[in-house]
Amino acid sequence: MTSIEAQVLQPYKYGFVTDIESEDVPLGLNEDIIRLISRKKGEPSFLLEWRLKAYRHWLTLTEPTWANIHHAPIDYQAIRYYSAPKQQKTLDSLDQVDPKLIETFDKLGIPLAEQKRLTGVAVDAVFDSVSVATTFKAELAKYGIIFCAFSDAVKNHPALIEQWLGDVVPASDNFFAALNSAVFSDGSFCYIPKGVRSPLELSTYFRINASSTGQFERTLIIADEGSYVSYLEGCSAPVRDENQLHAAVVELIALDDATIKYSTIQNWYPGDENGKGGIYNFVTKRGACRGRNSKISWTQVETGSAITWKYPGCILQGDNSIGEFYSVAVTNNYQQADTGTKMIHMGKNTRSTIVSKGISAGKGQNTYRGLVKILKGAEDARNYSQCDSMLIGDQCGAHTFPYIDVRNSSAIMEHEASTSKIGEDQIFYCKQRGLSAEDAVSLIVNGFCKEVFKELPMEFAVEAQNLLGISLEGSVG
Amino acid sequence: MSAVMLEINGLKATVASDAKQEILRGLDLTVKAGEVHAIMGPNGSGKSTLAAVLAGHPAYAVTGGTVTYRGKDLLDMNPEERAREGVFLAFQYPVAIRGITNSYFLRSALNAIRKHRGQEELDPLDFLSVLEKKLKQIGWDDSFLNRAVNDGFSGGEKKRNEILQMAVLEPTLAILDETDSGLDIDALKTVAEAVNALRRPDTATVVVTHYQRLLNYIVPDRVHVLAGGRIVKSGGKELALELEDKGYDWIKPEAISA
Repeated sequence: MTSIEAQVLQPYKYGFVTDIESEDVPLGLNEDIIRLISRKKGEPSFLLEWRLKAYRHWLTLTEPTWANIHHAPIDYQAIRYYSAPKQQKTLDSLDQVDPKLIETFDKLGIPLAEQKRLTGVAVDAVFDSVSVATTFKAELAKYGIIFCAFSDAVKNHPALIEQWLGDVVPASDNFFAALNSAVFSDGSFCYIPKGVRSPLELSTYFRINASSTGQFERTLIIADEGSYVSYLEGCSAPVRDENQLHAAVVELIALDDATIKYSTIQNWYPGDENGKGGIYNFVTKRGACRGRNSKISWTQVETGSAITWKYPGCILQGDNSIGEFYSVAVTNNYQQADTGTKMIHMGKNTRSTIVSKGISAGKGQNTYRGLVKILKGAEDARNYSQCDSMLIGDQCGAHTFPYIDVRNSSAIMEHEASTSKIGEDQIFYCKQRGLSAEDAVSLIVNGFCKEVFKELPMEFAVEAQNLLGISLEGSVG
Repeated sequence: MSAVMLEINGLKATVASDAKQEILRGLDLTVKAGEVHAIMGPNGSGKSTLAAVLAGHPAYAVTGGTVTYRGKDLLDMNPEERAREGVFLAFQYPVAIRGITNSYFLRSALNAIRKHRGQEELDPLDFLSVLEKKLKQIGWDDSFLNRAVNDGFSGGEKKRNEILQMAVLEPTLAILDETDSGLDIDALKTVAEAVNALRRPDTATVVVTHYQRLLNYIVPDRVHVLAGGRIVKSGGKELALELEDKGYDWIKPEAISA
């Protein structure tokens, strides 16, 4: 065995459990459970109907099998679909949030308390099935920006929810989206009014805490004409032997001249070095550039989860609209990732850019799967795709499945791909200059990911680099 | 009388993956502070292996002998410790690192070395002034600094970049592994001038080369001929000229009889 193959796992930093009393629904899924969730949240009847319709459709679907991932069958009746920390029904201020929850988010580096807040970033903190706190709400309201828990939006802005919910990702979209639509419990909602540039980064931090519980949240962001918002999500979960399901839906809508920048730092528990435990991250994310000159940019850094299945995409409907996808996906030990994007060009002169960096170490399997589709009416569409894979050691795998479907001959398509291996020579070169093996790997990997990291908001680029260092720590001896 | 910096005694090494493939077969060499030694020899004689073994390359296994560097057992140190202790290898084939600028790479390396010496690490601004001083000393411009490490560099640029790194890291013992290969005559001169500008009485340089040409510019105190994994002949700088004239064949019979 060479030094590069020697595997030692760095303990997952965010694996603690918060001991807090919770209010749960029984295990399993049926119409009564859905009614119960809806009742707990005091939802209007249109939403309950929407959930039940989604559930009935879900019953007709089977789990997708086309992805390059392998896992034991999921028993959907063994999952708890709702678990919320017990606290006062209505919170007038953040001071009433259970200190244990505040402490939990503090430990995760997400201070919610007034005096310690991250400057320039408003946070919605989601704990298991509910949002427990949202910072800077009042500050944002001055600009007419609505940023709140999804359930608050249902109560306070039902018309917006009824208009846009499922607009980009219909309940019938796929197996996991249908499941989410039936049982989703909370998430974040964000509306940026016409012409407003959000003065703060908006972010949601998702924390799974309860065992045997799945997390099913929805995020809905609407950027009205001429507005701009940069949004970031982060996530983590305790170390557990069981696999937990996270099936989220994210919908973005950009109207004329609006821009949404959506960044993800995904750090769900990845399982141990033998592949035991970890989150199944089966997520549907899609943005619609509905308006002319609109732009949606996805940036994701995926270091966690036992299995990742997600394809944040853009529907480029408005003329001159732009879609971007920048991704770093890391699989170490027994992690599996099947991730990529879909760029659907409908409008004239639409442009899309895809930059995907896959890093595999240990026995990790990393798949890029992407679709670029140019529809008939999409005159003068352009796409540039770049897929780079990096292998560390010789027991991991990198796979690339680019699908290109062009129906308009004026399209210009570019696709570049590369596969490289961190070799003994690269590591030795760095060591010969005095760097440790760990620093060498971190340097080489960060250089490899640079094109993606530069797309992240400043505050998070450093976090992403550190996270990458931790994820790969011990992958080279 | 200068202090002995490097003392190699009976060094034996094989390819790590094949213990039967012995490359160094009992090599002896002594290098004192302030000296420049040239290691010459035909293809396959073990010149580059010697350079790699001194730097601790994992592709080779040491099977015998000792190497003492400034009184310490060099073979007992891992590659990064050797580097931090001042051993620098200018690679024959420098490796590219995408997306990392030369200046970032150099600062990381210099800080690793400074940390080892108990010195404070340099922030980007302080580092820049160190860098500018070094560039001035070797008479180069700063066009290398913001390019990714050796990425897309021409052969000559890569070799120059090695010398720039050497200038910044200020090694005590510099080993130049065929730094002249692939360089045109102008580049060769520039590189040699830089190496000469960096010479100090308390440092030493080991130049591994095929050809005498480089030694016109970096004048060695001692020239050694390596053949069959051993130093078979040593002499002053005139030995290099003799080799240029006669080739290596005339030494081989001597090597066999030795």
